[in-house]
Amino acid sequence: MLEQLVDGIFWDIALVVFFAGIAWRIVDVIRRPGRNDLAESRNSGISGAIMANIRGFFPRREISPRIRIHVIAGYMFHLGLFILLILAAPHVKFIEEHITGFGWTAMPYGVFVITAMISFAGLILLWIHRLLNPVSQLISRRGDHVATTLVFFVMLTGCMALAESSTGLRLFHRFTVELLMIYFPFSALMHAIMFVPSRAYTGSLFGRRGVKL
Amino acid sequence: MSTALERGVDMLKSQVDARVESYFSSCTRCGVCAEACLFYTETGDPRYTPIYKTEPLRKVWQNEHTLWGRLSTSLGLGESMTEKDLSDWEELVYDGCSMCSRCSMVCPVGIDIAYLIRKVKEGMAAAGFVPEGLQASSERALEFGSPMGLTAQSLRAATTALEKEHGIDIPIDVAGAEYLCMLSSSEVVLYSEFIAAISKIFSAAGVSWTLSSKYFEATNAGVQMGNSRIAAQLIERIVEVATELKVKTLISPECGHAYTTIRWDAPNILGRALPFNVVHIMELLDQLRAEGRLKTTGSFDERLTYHDPCNISRRGGVLTQPRHLLNQVAPNFVEMHETMEMNWCCGGGGGVSSNERAEPLRLKVFNIKKRQLDELNVTTLVTACSNCRTMLEEGMEENDMDISVVGITEIIADHLA
Repeated sequence: MLEQLVDGIFWDIALVVFFAGIAWRIVDVIRRPGRNDLAESRNSGISGAIMANIRGFFPRREISPRIRIHVIAGYMFHLGLFILLILAAPHVKFIEEHITGFGWTAMPYGVFVITAMISFAGLILLWIHRLLNPVSQLISRRGDHVATTLVFFVMLTGCMALAESSTGLRLFHRFTVELLMIYFPFSALMHAIMFVPSRAYTGSLFGRRGVKL
Repeated sequence: MSTALERGVDMLKSQVDARVESYFSSCTRCGVCAEACLFYTETGDPRYTPIYKTEPLRKVWQNEHTLWGRLSTSLGLGESMTEKDLSDWEELVYDGCSMCSRCSMVCPVGIDIAYLIRKVKEGMAAAGFVPEGLQASSERALEFGSPMGLTAQSLRAATTALEKEHGIDIPIDVAGAEYLCMLSSSEVVLYSEFIAAISKIFSAAGVSWTLSSKYFEATNAGVQMGNSRIAAQLIERIVEVATELKVKTLISPECGHAYTTIRWDAPNILGRALPFNVVHIMELLDQLRAEGRLKTTGSFDERLTYHDPCNISRRGGVLTQPRHLLNQVAPNFVEMHETMEMNWCCGGGGGVSSNERAEPLRLKVFNIKKRQLDELNVTTLVTACSNCRTMLEEGMEENDMDISVVGITEIIADHLA
């Protein structure tokens, strides 16, 4: 019964909310008033937008020494999570069976464990920083902690379910993923998508003025 | 809710556009922006975190444009805005932000935080939460055409004195001139050597130019306080005199926000393209240099560095031109460690310099500039903004630093061939 719910209707609901929610948020940006810059440009705004999206992955030299924790922990968590998402054996199998119809070579178990440890460590470091740093403490909102908690449990249950020795653990993991998918479009987790237009808007503005972001 | 508060909230609601929506949707509250802000790095006070200064706008966005916000508001649990909020944030956005945009350069998700703070100011101004100094500046600008209260007579008195002192001719109200040079009031009363310098340079380079006695002010108190209506009125005056004098190009003087306003913001504030080109004086001098019309002789041998005015460099894109000019006459020109688009602000931009209440804070955050200068052991500091110049002079006076501050234009004029 529980298996049917988690693998069936809950999954379907999560998928619909996830994609419809993201689409709604994107449309919400596009439909807002936004007019063309009427000032004569010095350089291309389009190339500014593209370059800002690329350069944004690399912190500026001038600020790097002051934000080491953000950069190191941020890369540990995000890269680790991305690798786990597409290369963990159960994920490859799931994607092949339910989405693409084909798969690829999954990462070995040992590599999974190391990647998961690095990613977990990154997430925990970022969370501790959010809780203890006076700036992060002041600006963080309840939703930030909810999002971090959800991601933490998705990763934790994922590690527990990796061996696929227990249906219960697998269902637990899938259920946390479904909760995350439902929460995603209405939370700060949307930064995973919205950073693209955000960097593009600013990159375009500065690019037109001849300033590299 | 009082009428003033209602006006402020309504104005904030009207400020939510596609950029605001994507910016707030992508913010992860990481706090990286704090590390780029001199008001945070020099005070250690987390309230000066740039993104925190946008809280009034974020609250409005949260309540009106997010699922949880709408749900909470409909249940009476939304984050309400109070007059105290606006009162508290007045100090943060007017005293504790020079709109330098350094935070916008480092945000990992690309938020132009200065853009958001500018919008917060619109709400503050609509609700009447504007520092007295800025309010008074805007009133004088509207009444007299100058935030310092200067008039056409003030300009004529200054130019007549300069003509006698330097034996030069300063053209005023010459219709059909190629260039109309705007001024900031401080260039009329504090740094009139700028007017003498451009007069000598333009004469040597054969440039057809004029000043306008009807309206000479390039600065815009409306932009500084966050009132687009006043900003538009002041810009319209510039458009009017430039049109009357039939000039092709308008020169923005050595003033940071004046350049950003007339070059980049004015068409968007007015909703139409300007009927003339706009160049910063550094751009024009560099163009004359490249064309071989600006020839210099001798050199300025003191060890000097250049302070990038935020609105001219980071927000304006005039980055290489001052360096070309300095390299032509100053063999001992050295760069600061963090420079060009990542320079540190003088602390007085964005209207902070017109806000007497902010002076102790402004002088405290000058410490970052002091450290930069101490590292270089220079005797001269060059800049291209009269507001920066005043702020730098006051900061160095406060810290007993023996460094003279000059404008690039003066150095060039002193070495004309």
